[in-house]
Amino acid sequence: MANTSMVKNEMPAQEAEIRNKNFLEVALGYTKEQAIDEAKRCLQCKNKLCINGCPVQIDIPLFIQFVADGDFEAAYQVIARASSLPAVCGRVCPQEIQCEAKCVRGIKGEPVAIGRLERFVADYHITHGAEKQIKPISNDKKVAVIGSGPSGLACAGDLAKKGYSVTIFEALHLAGGVLVYGIPEFRLPKAIVQKEINSLKELGVDIQTNMVIGKTISIDELLNEYGYEAVFIGSGAGLPRFMNIKGENLKGVYSANEFLTRINLMKAYEESGATPIQKGSKVAVVGGGNVAMDAARCAKRLGSEVTIIYRRTEKELPARLEEIEHAKEEGIKFKFLTNPLEIVGDEKGWVKGISCQQMILGEADSSGRQKPIPIEGSNFSIEADCIIMSIGTSPNPLIKDTTEGLATQKWGGIIADERTGLTSRKAVYAGGDAVTGAATVILAMGAGKNAATAIDEYIMGSREG
Amino acid sequence: MFRIIKKKELNPTVTLMEVEAPLIAKKAQPGQFVILRTDEGGERIPLTIADYNREQGTVTIIYQIVGATTRILNSMSVGDCLQDFVGPLGRPTVTEGKKKVAVVGGGVGCAIAYPVVKKFHEQGTKVHAIIGFRSNELVILEEEFRSNSSKLVLMSDDGSCGEKGLVTDALKKLIESGEQYDEVITIGPLIMMKYVSMLTKQYGIKTVASMNPIMIDGTGMCGGCRLSVGGKTQFACVDGPEFNGHEIDFDEAIARSDMYKEFEQKKQDEACKLYQKEVS
Repeated sequence: MANTSMVKNEMPAQEAEIRNKNFLEVALGYTKEQAIDEAKRCLQCKNKLCINGCPVQIDIPLFIQFVADGDFEAAYQVIARASSLPAVCGRVCPQEIQCEAKCVRGIKGEPVAIGRLERFVADYHITHGAEKQIKPISNDKKVAVIGSGPSGLACAGDLAKKGYSVTIFEALHLAGGVLVYGIPEFRLPKAIVQKEINSLKELGVDIQTNMVIGKTISIDELLNEYGYEAVFIGSGAGLPRFMNIKGENLKGVYSANEFLTRINLMKAYEESGATPIQKGSKVAVVGGGNVAMDAARCAKRLGSEVTIIYRRTEKELPARLEEIEHAKEEGIKFKFLTNPLEIVGDEKGWVKGISCQQMILGEADSSGRQKPIPIEGSNFSIEADCIIMSIGTSPNPLIKDTTEGLATQKWGGIIADERTGLTSRKAVYAGGDAVTGAATVILAMGAGKNAATAIDEYIMGSREG
Repeated sequence: MFRIIKKKELNPTVTLMEVEAPLIAKKAQPGQFVILRTDEGGERIPLTIADYNREQGTVTIIYQIVGATTRILNSMSVGDCLQDFVGPLGRPTVTEGKKKVAVVGGGVGCAIAYPVVKKFHEQGTKVHAIIGFRSNELVILEEEFRSNSSKLVLMSDDGSCGEKGLVTDALKKLIESGEQYDEVITIGPLIMMKYVSMLTKQYGIKTVASMNPIMIDGTGMCGGCRLSVGGKTQFACVDGPEFNGHEIDFDEAIARSDMYKEFEQKKQDEACKLYQKEVS
């Protein structure tokens, strides 16, 4: 019997006033009953539009059918055929602009909660079905993957399943890339990331931490001396951007990357943590993306009063809707149409506030978005003893500077074929934020998977590398 | 894991360690640094590479016990392993194309100045080393500097060794006496490097200062190590750690360096208490 409800099953979550004081996961996930009920909202359309909305082409109606039937493990197997990180993507994918945006149920009412179902299925598998992965028969061919974030893990997973002997080189001391240093525990528990990584290890993937490719070993050495037949670069986004306004180097001003790394990777929020963090009483976060929401919500959990400063309106916020709503529920304030002009410090070099300007939206610019224009004489100040700049990143120069013949865009991103990930260098592939600039986990994963297919075809001799 | 194969106290607060790290030893150049963690849960700290042995696959670090992490590091012994040891990071010192240089080191900074002096000396560049310490018992690597430079000037704040005075006094004297340097390289406390740079600016001598700001990843991700150079924001981990001393905003760097002073003090007190407990 189909479920004709116009709205999604709500996902249970920690109460806002409780969760904004802890780092435990916010959303608690569906129960079996809720999942089955939600799955029954799927109309099993002939024309499966939702699949087109998925960067890794999961057979969404099929997995949902299995959920509706109560066969959760079969549902998991459907997802796992296409996605290497179901438990991660079920949590952090922007489903509202991907699969769910295409769902027919969304025309009148809310779409099927595909993301919540994916998360349910992945979690069910982890707690119930998780059998040890069987290591495929080796084909004796070595591939190196640089970076253990979403694109690297996806690429490594697919290649390992095909029998390649894959080594992931990670610069930090812990594998997971942005999944461990960037996305906070309360949105993506690190134990889940660890489980996904462990299952890759079971497939035979070797992970070498503390390896900065371009410094410890170069790409040319990997290919010429270490015997890797191909290399995939998934080194992620790089240097944080700043606005180049006065006062950005005052004490108490962080990039979102640094603030989040201290908290997520280095556990600075724990009393026993060896890594320090400035717990401001009033924190201002500049920017409106997912990273800005993450930083703001972390700061809130450290006990700060938090304001997000964004130069356009709420409608233009690039963050996921769910993150914005969660942030608001948790008591984070928003200052829209506000542009920072200068960060002001005290005589000891500590930040004490940020002076801003009121904006209005003007005509659309080349990106199609309305351009914010300053209103003359509208300057005002916001008090803050900690400021987090979250306005994006520019690519890391380490690999570009040490790899001859690797073509990059003017802005520094690696130039790679959209379909295969092949760079200007033979046998060298790239994908994820290192190519596109800051984007999403799922797009990076898709790029890693495409590159894995292309690398396989290249090594097996059916494609030029 | 990265085994400690040698540990030697150079003075009461400065210790030398040789660490097994063959891949880093193979690539290391003077001026570069490593990031280490002593144990799981520990802090990531940057330390400049003081020496390396490509054949034996070892990297030498020299550290001053200043905070909780260096205290924990110093509690480790030969045979113990460091949790993490990453490198070589940063850009190497540019040593080519110079006929005569002066290297000005201060305190524990001399540990980093030494491989630079050695490299210049080995490649036939005339190198004058000016090294300064607070007092006699803090002097490190004097013999090494002497045998790898064509001139060594030792300075001390209290006159207990070498000449009494600041390294800038010695440098000024040499310049005034007609010594012509293609470049001055300075490594030491920020305040010292600031004054060395101010001095050489007067004489128009190109000056390079080695910066060692607060860092986390050391690979160009967090931006914590940023500083202003010539009015632009630069990242010490990927753009440096060496920068034009005449363009560095030293006052800003000095302010930034004590951002976690209070936290450090607290952690250090905790580490002390822990240590005392173990001893008693």
